[in-house]
Amino acid sequence: MTVGNRMIAGLGLGVAMTMGAIAVPAVAQDETIKVGVLHSLSGTMAISETTLKDTMLFLIDEQNKKGGLLGKQLEAVVVDPASDWPLFAEKARELIEVNGVAAVFGCWTSSSRKSVLPVFEELNSILFYPVQYEGEESQRNVFYTGAAPNQQAIPAVDYLMENEGVERWVLAGTDYVYPQTTNKILEQYLLDHGVAAEDIMINYTPFGHSDWQTIVSDIKTFGSTGKKTAVVSTINGDANVPFYKELANQGVMAEDIPVVAFSVGEEELAGFDTTPLVGHLAAWNYFQSVDTPENEAFISAWQTFMGNPDKVTNDPMEATVIGFNLWVQAVEKAGTTDTDAVLDAIIGLETPNLTGGIAKMLPNHHLTKPVLIGEIQADGQFEVVSESELVPGDAWSDFLPESKMIEADWTAPISCGNYNTETKTCGGSEVAAVQ
Amino acid sequence: MTGAGMTILKHLIGAMLLLSALLTAIPAHAQFADADLTTLVDALAPGSFKDRETAIGNLVASGDPRAVPVLETLLEGELYFDETGGKVVFTSASGGKGAISDPVTGADLSDLTEADLEKVKVNNSLRRVLRTAIGQMTLLSEDARVRLSAAQSVLRDADPAQLELLDSAISAETDVRIKRVMEQARAVIMLKSPEASVEDKTAAVPVVLAIGGRDALNTLTTALASAPDEIRPTIESAIDGLARDRAAWDVAQNVWFGVSLGSVLLLAAIGLAITFGVMGVINMAHGEMVMLGAYTTFVVQEIIRQNAPGLFDWSLAIALPAAFLFTGLVGVAIERGIIRFLYGRPLETLLATWGLSLIIQQAVQRIFTANIREVGNPSWMSGSFELGGLAITWNRFYIVIFALLVFVALLLVLKYTAIGLHMRAVTQNRRMASSMGIRTPLVDAMTFGLGSGIAGLAGVALSQIGNVSPNLGQGYIIDSFMVVVFGGVGNLWGTLVGALTLGIANKFIEPYAGAVLGKIIILVLIILFIQRRPRGLFALKGRSIEA
Repeated sequence: MTVGNRMIAGLGLGVAMTMGAIAVPAVAQDETIKVGVLHSLSGTMAISETTLKDTMLFLIDEQNKKGGLLGKQLEAVVVDPASDWPLFAEKARELIEVNGVAAVFGCWTSSSRKSVLPVFEELNSILFYPVQYEGEESQRNVFYTGAAPNQQAIPAVDYLMENEGVERWVLAGTDYVYPQTTNKILEQYLLDHGVAAEDIMINYTPFGHSDWQTIVSDIKTFGSTGKKTAVVSTINGDANVPFYKELANQGVMAEDIPVVAFSVGEEELAGFDTTPLVGHLAAWNYFQSVDTPENEAFISAWQTFMGNPDKVTNDPMEATVIGFNLWVQAVEKAGTTDTDAVLDAIIGLETPNLTGGIAKMLPNHHLTKPVLIGEIQADGQFEVVSESELVPGDAWSDFLPESKMIEADWTAPISCGNYNTETKTCGGSEVAAVQ
Repeated sequence: MTGAGMTILKHLIGAMLLLSALLTAIPAHAQFADADLTTLVDALAPGSFKDRETAIGNLVASGDPRAVPVLETLLEGELYFDETGGKVVFTSASGGKGAISDPVTGADLSDLTEADLEKVKVNNSLRRVLRTAIGQMTLLSEDARVRLSAAQSVLRDADPAQLELLDSAISAETDVRIKRVMEQARAVIMLKSPEASVEDKTAAVPVVLAIGGRDALNTLTTALASAPDEIRPTIESAIDGLARDRAAWDVAQNVWFGVSLGSVLLLAAIGLAITFGVMGVINMAHGEMVMLGAYTTFVVQEIIRQNAPGLFDWSLAIALPAAFLFTGLVGVAIERGIIRFLYGRPLETLLATWGLSLIIQQAVQRIFTANIREVGNPSWMSGSFELGGLAITWNRFYIVIFALLVFVALLLVLKYTAIGLHMRAVTQNRRMASSMGIRTPLVDAMTFGLGSGIAGLAGVALSQIGNVSPNLGQGYIIDSFMVVVFGGVGNLWGTLVGALTLGIANKFIEPYAGAVLGKIIILVLIILFIQRRPRGLFALKGRSIEA
């Protein structure tokens, strides 16, 4: 197909399409394999998600340099759901129905993921979701390449209990589904470990909260009873900068009240001077500072691709890389991009983590990951202070009474995302909810 | 406490005994042989954090003053070691001049390169151990400032094992201020220590009480748990007194938080009070003017960082006029290019400016990427100070002052300058003003430019407390309209009172209802209020409101 031809075709389609699509879609279906990229490029989440769009373009570019997939070139179809949760569902439908993509890599917030789930189920396509999340979910068409709570939140709390002797806990989060569910799991976990109910303070703030004076002052008061106190932060996105600035200005030092964050990575820290924050913690499965040959090669290739030697890498990027590599392997193994064949082929496949160890796709559509705890350094990077063995992701938390008997297993004979091991039936969560 | 923790405690006690034994002697006696000290220093590098803790204990036990800079460098996380040889070294970053040097002898080790080196890792618990260790080793330093910080560190830890050392330090101390800190530390230790006698504990209570604030409350509450029955009433009454004080100060603190939030609202809304309040233009792109002001600050700081780093503390002073001019010009352009065609058509204005706000956001995102940009705080805007029982952060403090200054300046401009007179004339009766020879289109452009320019000033201030990202403006636009409508459209004083009322109300509701519910309650209250008084707090009376 000539360039001119392609442009005319693109123009024709472009009129029919909403303005979000950036890549010009080709008409001929058999020349390339199309990969959908569903990340917000505008609105509040653009801060975090734009990087993942670039990561996908980078990975596809690398794969094409290696000769593509099944002898065809890969082609990215990028759409912009604009941080608008219902728009995610519309854009997902557009990617699958109009563009005919083989798989979609996308979403960041749990709200956006929940919004697209029915679309992927109905149209039987594949979504790779690269962000740590609250668990309590396993869907046939979705692969969760970020951390489940047992791969991030629980080990972080364990670290604070064991190494810092923390006895009093502030669970601070943004008011939406991920922090709410994570805090519910953590609260139950802490109560189970003998923490008194009055030693747990739970606090929620709206998205983009900017005035942290009262909350930081409350944390200081809560932490001045003589018991060692820590803050577990599920504060999301751009609310973190004012939160940390207020902490620093009010003199909350990591040595007195450490803050361990689940949504603060290298990308977020690039937004401010971290000198006063040295020692505050984050729990992830990947840090840019981890010294492995794989990571070094990845960082330098990424920085070259972006043309910026200061460009940072972070955990959701690694999750995207792993998800992409596993998908490529699964397609090669299945010899087709057909959804059902890929879904079967991908279970049990392995690819190296960038931080060492092997990521294996489990039957519950989660991965094995090492858990790293890092302390913020003055240069905006993290220093790893604790590294675990590989932990298999658990879709349904074992610490909540309503989900501990539920397992996800997408291999025969169970083939179910919420199998109740007590009643031996699929649809466990509904059963539990009724009880 | 963990097993390793006990070991380190034993080491520390050992160190203390050794130190106190050596104190009477001349410090030079504490000098170790170079080789022995080097072995101790090198032991910092290998193994886990627990091993490092033991190594620090041994180094403290040496009592050698040359260990102090090593520990200080380690505390700053700037101590390195040779990956192959395992030797601990200072680098240029650790204060040594230019090259890599031996921490004990100071000898030049330039056969090593930066590439061979790896950082000796520290974590929070190690930092605490280090602070304690440095505190002990410098408690008898000759430099009064070092002694003071050592005393403060001993006060922070209040480790009963340090009592003996502390006692000898107190008897040797001549500086009244340092002595007071040391005595406070001693009192805290007395309350903590299970061995201290009842008399010692009773005597310690008033000393701890004098420290005041949360720290004292904290210490006393902890002490109460393990106190013998005789002194319980003393401690309890001290706690009651402190808690009463605290409650009073908490109210004051809430008022301050409210004023501070109010000043942020005022800054964000005051430009809108001109464009919406005075001109009647529903300007949905107002938040984007604030955002452009913040980005101007970023650009100014970047230029300063690259060309004249020494001027950094002046960056805000330079950014203020730059932001005012830039956003003012953008405002004039918007008025001339779009809004003047839409006067009297509020719905179209709303839609046009809304679209414009999206265009500006995307344009900024294209130029600066979607990432949060770092706008530094000049040194004089970092940290906090204590005023009685109030902890006031400097950045918030300056923003309150700045907001009030902008408000007063704007009031003066409107009242006492020719352009201000023209603005008021045009907004009150356009046709009459026009027939008096005022060029109303020019005045319109100027008024809109002024409103936008002030929004730009707000952006400079807000860059100091929040994010600088393309979405910065969106967070403030609703609040701004709320303040202007609540205060009374067209009345600057209304905007001031409205902003402060909303700020303080918000901060008093927040501790009880939480931030999310607090916001909802405020919104509901405003809706109810507007039902009762549709024109806001300070309604304009007379003919002007119909214009």
